[in-house]
Amino acid sequence: MQCAATIEPGKITYLVTESLKNVLLENESTEIDNVNASTSLLGKHSILESLGLVTLLVDLEQRLEENYDVCVTLADERAMSQKNSPFRTVQSLTDYIRMLLEENLQSVGS
Amino acid sequence: MSDREVVFITGTRKGIGRYLTEHFVRKGAVVEGCSRKEIDWQLENYTHHIADVADESQIKTIMSFIQKRHGRLDITINNAGIASMNHSLLTPASMVDRIMATNFRGTFIVCRESAKLMKKHRYGRIVNFSTIAAPMRLEGEAIYAASKSAVTTLTQIFAREVADFGITCNVVGPTPIDTDLIRAVPKNKIDHLVQNLAIKRLGRFEDVANVIDFFVKPESGYITGQTLYLGGIS
Repeated sequence: MQCAATIEPGKITYLVTESLKNVLLENESTEIDNVNASTSLLGKHSILESLGLVTLLVDLEQRLEENYDVCVTLADERAMSQKNSPFRTVQSLTDYIRMLLEENLQSVGS
Repeated sequence: MSDREVVFITGTRKGIGRYLTEHFVRKGAVVEGCSRKEIDWQLENYTHHIADVADESQIKTIMSFIQKRHGRLDITINNAGIASMNHSLLTPASMVDRIMATNFRGTFIVCRESAKLMKKHRYGRIVNFSTIAAPMRLEGEAIYAASKSAVTTLTQIFAREVADFGITCNVVGPTPIDTDLIRAVPKNKIDHLVQNLAIKRLGRFEDVANVIDFFVKPESGYITGQTLYLGGIS
């Protein structure tokens, strides 16, 4: 098990894109090859169907726990109350996860 | 991954929760359970956790433990609950908060976190608890009954939200059973209540377990969002 102290650049992006591809695969989507940092996860241009985002976030919480031994809630009050949702795109979700992990690391270190 | 069915039951220290723990262990399941206080009994294939169901982080910790230890969760029984018999005009707001926290918020948190584990294998059975006090409109139980009505509505909607993940969610509504929960209720009140049931006797643990067995069996995959009251109440 990797601890939160070693957040490698690119690892979170990898986890997000792999999770997203899994969800798309489960839904037999043909969009798998089009996943990139700017891929929309919300709204009318979203690559995901209605339950896809729920599945993606739950899957990511479990992957983060397996990889970093941290218990994070992605759809927390802060995420829900932001003017610009952190779940807009692959990039914004990646940034949000990185921030949560860094906070978690700081709280463990303090 | 565990090759045996894994069951999570809340409120296992005594009463129905303890009975259901023994019931599922007898049936060959591995049971994880919790209560706010330590238990004074032990059972093979049962692991106890000290946790308040209304505490999100404590429930997440238990779910994380279950995932690491068993790699699966098949059944969740949301049994933990508190009651308070009191006229509404004499009910402190703090009591309302306390009852809603355990009965409603706790049920929601356990449902949500259970479903996250269950969806991994696209299979799960969740049973929540209501009470006949809700459909019988029992005076003196406004807050308790309202908290359980909230559980019923939660279940009806939650059942739809998790149906695509192969998870069912139903409610059992027991009559009074001779447990600590009704020990403070005057005998004449209980007698009056029993006389208003179709089947005029107190409930038994076995009656509750029978309904739960029906809801959780694999063949019940087409039954979700339902509330089944005991004693002939509808």
